[in-house]
Amino acid sequence: MWNAARIYKSVVSVTVLRGAVSILGALVLWELGRRLQVPFFAAVPAPSEVVVALGKVIGSGKFWNDWAASYSRVLVGFFAAQIIGVPLGLAMAMNRTFYHFAFSPLEVLRPIPPLAWVPTAIIFWPTTELSIAFVIFLGAFFTVVINVLGGARNIDERHIRAAASFGSRRMDIFWKIVLPATLPSIFTGMAVGMGITWEVVVAAEMIAGKSGLGYFTWSSYVGGNYPQIIVGMISIGLAGYISSGLIRSLGKLATPWQRQF
Amino acid sequence: MPKETDIPRLDALLEVRDVSKSFNIGPLRQLVLDQCSFSIETGRLTVLIGPSGCGKSTLVNILAGYEAVDAGEVSFLGTPVRGPASDRLVVFQESALFPWMTTYQNVVYGPVVMRNRSMTDIEADAKQLLERVGLLEFKDKYPNQLSGGMQRRAELARAMINNPAIMMLDEPFRGLDAMTRDLMQEYFLRLYEDRKQTVLFVTSEIDEAILLADRLLIMSNRPGRIKHTMSIDLQRPRTPDILTSVQYLKYKQEALEVLHSEAVKAFARGSKAAADFLEAYASQNEETVQPGK
Repeated sequence: MWNAARIYKSVVSVTVLRGAVSILGALVLWELGRRLQVPFFAAVPAPSEVVVALGKVIGSGKFWNDWAASYSRVLVGFFAAQIIGVPLGLAMAMNRTFYHFAFSPLEVLRPIPPLAWVPTAIIFWPTTELSIAFVIFLGAFFTVVINVLGGARNIDERHIRAAASFGSRRMDIFWKIVLPATLPSIFTGMAVGMGITWEVVVAAEMIAGKSGLGYFTWSSYVGGNYPQIIVGMISIGLAGYISSGLIRSLGKLATPWQRQF
Repeated sequence: MPKETDIPRLDALLEVRDVSKSFNIGPLRQLVLDQCSFSIETGRLTVLIGPSGCGKSTLVNILAGYEAVDAGEVSFLGTPVRGPASDRLVVFQESALFPWMTTYQNVVYGPVVMRNRSMTDIEADAKQLLERVGLLEFKDKYPNQLSGGMQRRAELARAMINNPAIMMLDEPFRGLDAMTRDLMQEYFLRLYEDRKQTVLFVTSEIDEAILLADRLLIMSNRPGRIKHTMSIDLQRPRTPDILTSVQYLKYKQEALEVLHSEAVKAFARGSKAAADFLEAYASQNEETVQPGK
C-alpha cells in the first residue's frame, strides 16, 4: 500500500542526504572507471561524456518530441486500461454471474506477456501507433482488473450490512461503500500498471517505433552514439519516475483517510 | 418491590411469541432458543441480560430480520418481521464505521441515503448528537484518528440520528476498558434520556444492565428463554452513584439470584461457563450459595 506519510518523510530526511551522497559516489567511481580503463567500465561512456551528449540534444526539438511521443503513448494506453479495467473489475465484483463469464477468458489471456502481442497487434491494427498503444494498454489492463477485483471483493461485510440497514439503495452501496472502499486498490493497480506501461512502451518503440524515448535509445545504439544511449536510458527512468510520482500524489489526494497521523 | 404486573401496560412495539431456533453445531442439532417470549414497549430502554452463549446475539439477529425463526413469531407494530428494515436498527459489537468517511459523514449517512429530510435539518441533528457524545470537535476526523471509545460513540450517534422505531445494541461496549466503558454508559444514558427512543440493549454485565434499564429481561442458559422480567424503577436522569443505593442493590440481588439458579442448572448439565459464574458468585456472596444444589 502506498503510504503518504512515508513518502513525505522520505523527501525531507537524512535518508535523502545519504542517498544523494551515495549516487554522487557512484558517479565518481564510474567516471574514474572509464578514465582508468577498468574492465567493463572502460566500454561505458563516462558521466562527463553523457553530460556533453545531453547538452547536445537538450536544445533539440527532436529529443523533446521523443519525450512527448512516449508520454502520449503511455497516457493513451494507460488511461484506456483504466477506463475499461476499473469498471470491468468493479462489475465483476458486484455481479456473480458476470464474474463467472469474465474471469476465465481473463485468466487465459493474463499470463501472455504484453510484448508477445506485438506481432498480432501489428497485423490487427491499421497503424503502428495503434498497435503500440494496444500493447501498452494490455500491459496495464490485467494488473488494473486484478487489483480492482481483489480490492472490491475484500470489502468488510459489516460495512455492507451496516449500509444496508440504514436503508441504502443499490446505487448508494456502490457509490458510497464499494467504490471508496476499492479506491486504495485502484491506485495500487494504477501505480503497478504505470510501471509496466513504461517497460512496454520502450520495448515496443524499439521494435516498431519511429519516435519516442525507446526509439531514441535504440537508434543511438544503431548509430554508434554511445553516450546518447545513456541519455536515453536516464530519460526513460526519469519519465517513469515522474509518472509514478503523479499517480502516487493523485492517490494521496483521493484517499485522505489512509494518511497516517 | 414493584412487580412487572404493577406497572401500567404500555403498547408493545415488538412482540416475541414462543420463538425457537436451532443450529447445526458440529454433528449435532442444537436448540439455541427455546420458546422465547417477551415484548418491548415503546419509548423504554429494555435490557436483555444472560450468560455468554445463551443465544442473545441469535435473538438480536432474529429481531433485526437477519435470521428466520424455526417456530413462533416475531411481530413488529403488529406485522410479522421478514427481513431487515431501517426502522429496526442494529449496532454491532465491533465498530463498523466507514473508514473513508469523516465522523460527520458517517453520522449523516443514514438520513442522507433515506432522502426524506432536508440537509439543514440533518445537519442540525448531527451537530446536536455529536455535541452530546463529545465528538463535535472531531467531526472532520476519520475513524482511524479516533480512539476506540470515540468510535463507539460515533456509531451510537450514527444509529440514533435515524430515529429508528427500535434500536438494538448487541453488547456495544464489549472489549472496552473499564473506565471507557463507564464513560460510554454515561454518554449512552444522556443520549437515551434526551431522545427516549425505544432501545433493546444486550449485555452480559449486571451493573451495566441495571444502571441503564427501565426493564430487565433475564435469559436462561442455552437453550435460551426469558426466565425473569424485572421493572427497574430508579429515577432518571441516572448517574453512576445509584450503583451504591439500597434499591439498586436489591435489584442486583434479585437478578443475581435468577442468574445463579440458572447457573446451578447449567452446571448440573456440565456447563463450564456456569461453573465460573458459580465460583464468582460464591466468593462474592459466601453464605447464600451452595453450588451443585
